[in-house]
Amino acid sequence: MTDIKSNQFTHLAHRALHDQPLQTALGRAKSGFINKRLKAIKLVDDFEALKSQAQQAKQNALANLPVLLTRFEKELQAQGGQLHWAETPEQMNQLVLEICQKQNAKRVIKGKSMISEETQLNSFLEQHGLELVESDLGEYIIQLAKEPPSHIIAPAVHKTRQQVAELFEQNHALGKRDLESIPGLVKEARQVLRNQFLSADVGITGANLLVAESGSVVLVTNEGNGDLAATLPSTHIVTTSIEKVVENLEDANSILEVLGRSATGQWLSTYTSFFSGPKKNADLDGPKQFHVVVLDNGRSQLMGTEYEPMLQCIKCGACLNHCPVYSNVGGHAYGWVYPGPMGSVLTPLLQGTHQATPLPNASSFCGRCEEVCPMGIPLPNLLRRLRQQQHQKKLESISWRWGLDIYTRLCSKPDGYRKIMQWVTRFLWLIKPILPKGFLLKPSGPDTFLESWRKANRP
Amino acid sequence: MDSPTDSVESKSQASTKSIALYVTCLINSCRPEIAWDCVSLLESLGFRVDIPMDQSCCGQPGYNGGHDITALVQQQIACLEAFDYVVIPSGSCAGMIINHYPTLFDPHSEWARRSQELAQKTHELSDFLLKQGWAPKSKVTQTDAYEVNFSHHTSCSCRRETRSHGATEALLQRLNISLVDFEEQEVCCGFGGSFSEKFSAISQRMALNKLEQIERSGGDTVVAADLGCLLHLEACAARLNKTTTFMHLAQVLKQHGGHS
Repeated sequence: MTDIKSNQFTHLAHRALHDQPLQTALGRAKSGFINKRLKAIKLVDDFEALKSQAQQAKQNALANLPVLLTRFEKELQAQGGQLHWAETPEQMNQLVLEICQKQNAKRVIKGKSMISEETQLNSFLEQHGLELVESDLGEYIIQLAKEPPSHIIAPAVHKTRQQVAELFEQNHALGKRDLESIPGLVKEARQVLRNQFLSADVGITGANLLVAESGSVVLVTNEGNGDLAATLPSTHIVTTSIEKVVENLEDANSILEVLGRSATGQWLSTYTSFFSGPKKNADLDGPKQFHVVVLDNGRSQLMGTEYEPMLQCIKCGACLNHCPVYSNVGGHAYGWVYPGPMGSVLTPLLQGTHQATPLPNASSFCGRCEEVCPMGIPLPNLLRRLRQQQHQKKLESISWRWGLDIYTRLCSKPDGYRKIMQWVTRFLWLIKPILPKGFLLKPSGPDTFLESWRKANRP
Repeated sequence: MDSPTDSVESKSQASTKSIALYVTCLINSCRPEIAWDCVSLLESLGFRVDIPMDQSCCGQPGYNGGHDITALVQQQIACLEAFDYVVIPSGSCAGMIINHYPTLFDPHSEWARRSQELAQKTHELSDFLLKQGWAPKSKVTQTDAYEVNFSHHTSCSCRRETRSHGATEALLQRLNISLVDFEEQEVCCGFGGSFSEKFSAISQRMALNKLEQIERSGGDTVVAADLGCLLHLEACAARLNKTTTFMHLAQVLKQHGGHS
């Protein structure tokens, strides 16, 4: 199972706040994402209507999940594809390995897949002797850096151009060349990756959607790497999860309408591909074998619970981009695969509350995530539910537990509240000269308002 | 925005309605003068303002900490429900009563009904003043009559819970105050109650970003309708020896509105 460092959030966040290159990279990325999304939304007559269509499509899918998954399996098989169910990350990794081994595969080219991050598929396949290269530019960069992604759609968003240039210099034996410009870096990555595409035996990609009525896998990318990984090698394996299924192409379209706009501010991503089974006789290209491995990993347990709305997430990353906490500390501080507000909900749900106690608390409840979520997921409310769960399991510190308990009890006893707040105020006012500069609760006078109102003898 | 709205009540009508000022725990203990200003502002509209002595705290600290706050909420509902209006000089506490209290009870229960009724008569201060047609006694005609440059920090709760941050701007416009725009106005200042204690380093970085944006734009006086944000920003400014000053909306309206 994946290493999880979410309980070290405070420490990791602190380090991130003082990591200058990281701060530079985050600063640059933030306004870009936000402005592009805003522009894209302004170009639509009624984005709210698009959102509600997308939400309806997903809600319908979740309400009929078992039926739609069965239908997807049937249609996929009719197209000549094979479906594999994986309940746990270990099962998914094993299934993928077996498919690779059956093909005597040596080299694997990968498109971006958050599900494969969740199961740590890369290191598993490498441990079993496969040579694996990530083909999404961001993923490729962090593969070279031996780091996990820090953003769900922009995995290397935490790296500056200079850091990328250094990585390329260390890893590509290409002699002296110009690595100053971004086009130069992209060109070099393309050059290096082209050979990998051509020599790979297996291509692994993720999926943004699974369409039940047609048995198609929908993949959204901007670099075209997903399509190369899907069509060039003789075997294509899709790693995905159960909640990606929708009923029909119309519903898939409803979600694509909000996905691109929310994620990168594009009305449609550069490549939106529908893969339906292996190469057929009349096809010009495509794999000989087409496998879809569908992971559950605890998701089905969320069905019918108060956390079910989280399964509506389409992984657009808008909540990360707009989160003031994420934009200050970056994704690695969150300690697992999914960062930001969606990660702070998903991590404890998939990994266990005790594995990620700081995350649901690391929110000022500013509400911006919920405001920008195209799927209308009530993220702050879900975070609050998780806090309730932590409180019930006594996972918070004793001082907070007792402090809030005493305060809450006190506030339901008005006479006691008035008296004690007056004492506290008087005390803080007396010691005000010695309170530290940045102390928040410095009273401006010796009496509370309620006390001075009483003294003023007004009814 | 300056035209009186339908809900404006004449002074004689206003005086027949009962109104409770819910002062909030922060104003009660840290800045009681803001509550006095609220009383004056509401009296200037012809209301006789009541201060229910059984009011305490809306319960957000416990609620956001995952505690059961039912007893507290029932006590606060009982204390406030008899009034025609409940006015709260904080988007945060108003949002709690308006949006969250009704979700705390079984939808078919008596308490759900009572919480919904309370929610309907509860108003964030700026929203209420605007709806009631508050206007300065003598209008400041020159826009350069102010010696300071006001920046409006829109608290997240006024923006996203009570959706009343526009009301603050409309009221300041009635005073002919021209606000200094700054970048990322919609971003949180980092307060978030216990968040500012539990994650103080992140919270302070957020406040620093906010203070720097305001400073860069030329603002020197921050006005907001939530004391939580103001205290947090003020503490951060003090730590950094910044000279920015911080005022609650009620203080600005009272000070420049010409009402005694």
